[in-house]
Amino acid sequence: MSETDKTTCFEPWNEVGKKPLIEFRGVSKKFGALTAIDNVSFNIYEREFFALLGPSGCGKTTLMRMLGGFETPSQGQIFIDGKDISTIPANQRSVNMMFQSYALFPHLTVADNIAFGLKRSDMPKSEIAGRVDEMIKLVQLGNLGGRKPHQISGGQRQRVALARSLAKAPKLLLLDEPLGALDKKLRQETQFELVDIQEKLGTTFVIVTHDQEEAMTVSSRIGIMDQGKLIQIDTPDRIYEAPNSVRVADFIGDVNLIEGNATTTADDKVIISWAEGQPTLTAQTTTNITDGAKVTFAIRPEKIAMTTDKPTDASNAIEGHIHDIAYLGNVSIYKVRLSSGHMIKAQAANTRRLSRRNYTWEDKVWLSWTDTAGIVLTK
Amino acid sequence: MNFRKYLLILIPYTWLLLLFLVPFIIVVKMSLSDTEMAIPPYYPYFTLSEGWQGIVNFFSELDFENYVFLAEDNLYWKAYLSSLKIALISTAFTLLIGYPIAYGMANAPPEWRPTLMMIIILPFWTSFLIRIYAWMGILSQEGFLNQFLLWTGIIDQPLTILNTNIAVYIGIVYTYLPFMILPIYASLEKLDISLLEAAKDLGCNRSQSFWLVTMPLSKAGVIAGCFLVFIPVLGEFVIPDLLGGADTLMIGTILWQEFFANRDWPVASAVAVVLLLLLMIPIILFQRSEQKQREAEQ
Repeated sequence: MSETDKTTCFEPWNEVGKKPLIEFRGVSKKFGALTAIDNVSFNIYEREFFALLGPSGCGKTTLMRMLGGFETPSQGQIFIDGKDISTIPANQRSVNMMFQSYALFPHLTVADNIAFGLKRSDMPKSEIAGRVDEMIKLVQLGNLGGRKPHQISGGQRQRVALARSLAKAPKLLLLDEPLGALDKKLRQETQFELVDIQEKLGTTFVIVTHDQEEAMTVSSRIGIMDQGKLIQIDTPDRIYEAPNSVRVADFIGDVNLIEGNATTTADDKVIISWAEGQPTLTAQTTTNITDGAKVTFAIRPEKIAMTTDKPTDASNAIEGHIHDIAYLGNVSIYKVRLSSGHMIKAQAANTRRLSRRNYTWEDKVWLSWTDTAGIVLTK
Repeated sequence: MNFRKYLLILIPYTWLLLLFLVPFIIVVKMSLSDTEMAIPPYYPYFTLSEGWQGIVNFFSELDFENYVFLAEDNLYWKAYLSSLKIALISTAFTLLIGYPIAYGMANAPPEWRPTLMMIIILPFWTSFLIRIYAWMGILSQEGFLNQFLLWTGIIDQPLTILNTNIAVYIGIVYTYLPFMILPIYASLEKLDISLLEAAKDLGCNRSQSFWLVTMPLSKAGVIAGCFLVFIPVLGEFVIPDLLGGADTLMIGTILWQEFFANRDWPVASAVAVVLLLLLMIPIILFQRSEQKQREAEQ
């Protein structure tokens, strides 16, 4: 049973000899003196849902626009299906894009918008109407086909844009902040729908977003971009649990970063001394760390346990006072002040009602975690 | 509150009443009167000094004689039709020249646009009459254009352009070009660049995206420009008078001749009223297209 489960698991990037659908080879893009993309090389495989995530201005949109044919690389090459795309003009690539502003044609009806690309293709006229109906059903637009874009809601426009970009059955669909204009609740619902549609069609999707929750919900892999560089490409869980640098750890989710000096031990563990009068921290690591190196210990708030008495069996335990509490409904974030002045965030699920909470401001508490809870970063 | 609202509306309405409706009624009344060798040169005039009987007499003297005259003398019909033809042809030429200019302006780097706009508006700073006289200097037998063409050797005999319909077309297209360019530029400048990228993404080449996206989305500007040119050109008087010749027949010129050369104010008024009625059709069409555009934008 477990054998078959492993083979059906979708991880083409781990298959040896698997040909990527898209290949970036040393791609750079300069706008005047500004370097938007700095020597980027990576692969995207067929049927993947790949997210490019990063703060605004990190170059993620430029990277996507190069795939769509709206920008050309200053250096390097991009291959789709093994073909260098610089030889194929944008209007002949089997790549379609869903624009951030949706870019629906205001003078055309919903159905005509969806049919726009089909009419430019070699699809016989008799089949176009059928294909448009199919797309309208796929994105659940019901009987809105005859409406103009200004007569429908923002959420419906987003669906029209998606249907229009999928109508030509592209090999690759690019989505530029596709859900940015929707409110939070609608956005979350649409994220799951997007995943369903992608799985149903088997099209490769590349999404650009600055919303990490969105990237983690929809994608098979995430590429984290910062200042024109791809700093980590990995599955959402690996990005979260095993960031390769302080920047990735800090960008994704909430994290406590503790700087200190490492002392290695024989059994893959490091002892980190980090502040006067504070107990050293013990953490397991797989990376090679030289003795005495400066390291950053990263630990997520939800991996920290909080108790009134000192735990006896924890490998790491530090004492502090509750400085502040942020009540978020389902969870609370406790900011704990240590005697050295450090502030550590711990998260606890609110399993009891607020009135029966165990801790309050200025309470003395113990923070503890196991030696595998955090991660030791060297850069 | 309500009183102040009405007061606010009252100001433009009073303006329209005094400066449009009252003069129009005077012209209509004049067109229903008879010519007289007198000052003013028509009869009857409206007076309250003879009481009720005087007013009854006044109205019984009015008739449609001048309109019947207009219908019977084919000079007027020919002039109306010729004006219509000149207005239509020059509107078409203005559009053909104005659209590419507006398109070029809208696609120019943003820092150039104010300068380009300035160049389009600049001629308005000189008197319209002086600019038309300048064209007489350019187009005449020994004018700049002929001298230039003779000098380059393209022609060996000077061309007769001035005092022909060609000169009228040149004058009209030159004068009204800004009225075509500005509304088209305004609609092209609003055009979202991502729509053109979407068209390209969906398989359009450059000319397809122009005809399928740019053109339909600048339609409102084209319609506004065409009306802004067509309506005033239909009644144009100065340009045909100065640049046109014996064969240039435009209703504006006829109107001027009736008033000043013939001193036949009643017939001239009838010509003006018919011209106004003719202009009502494109004006109403223009208003309706503006209305539709506004509704589409909401």
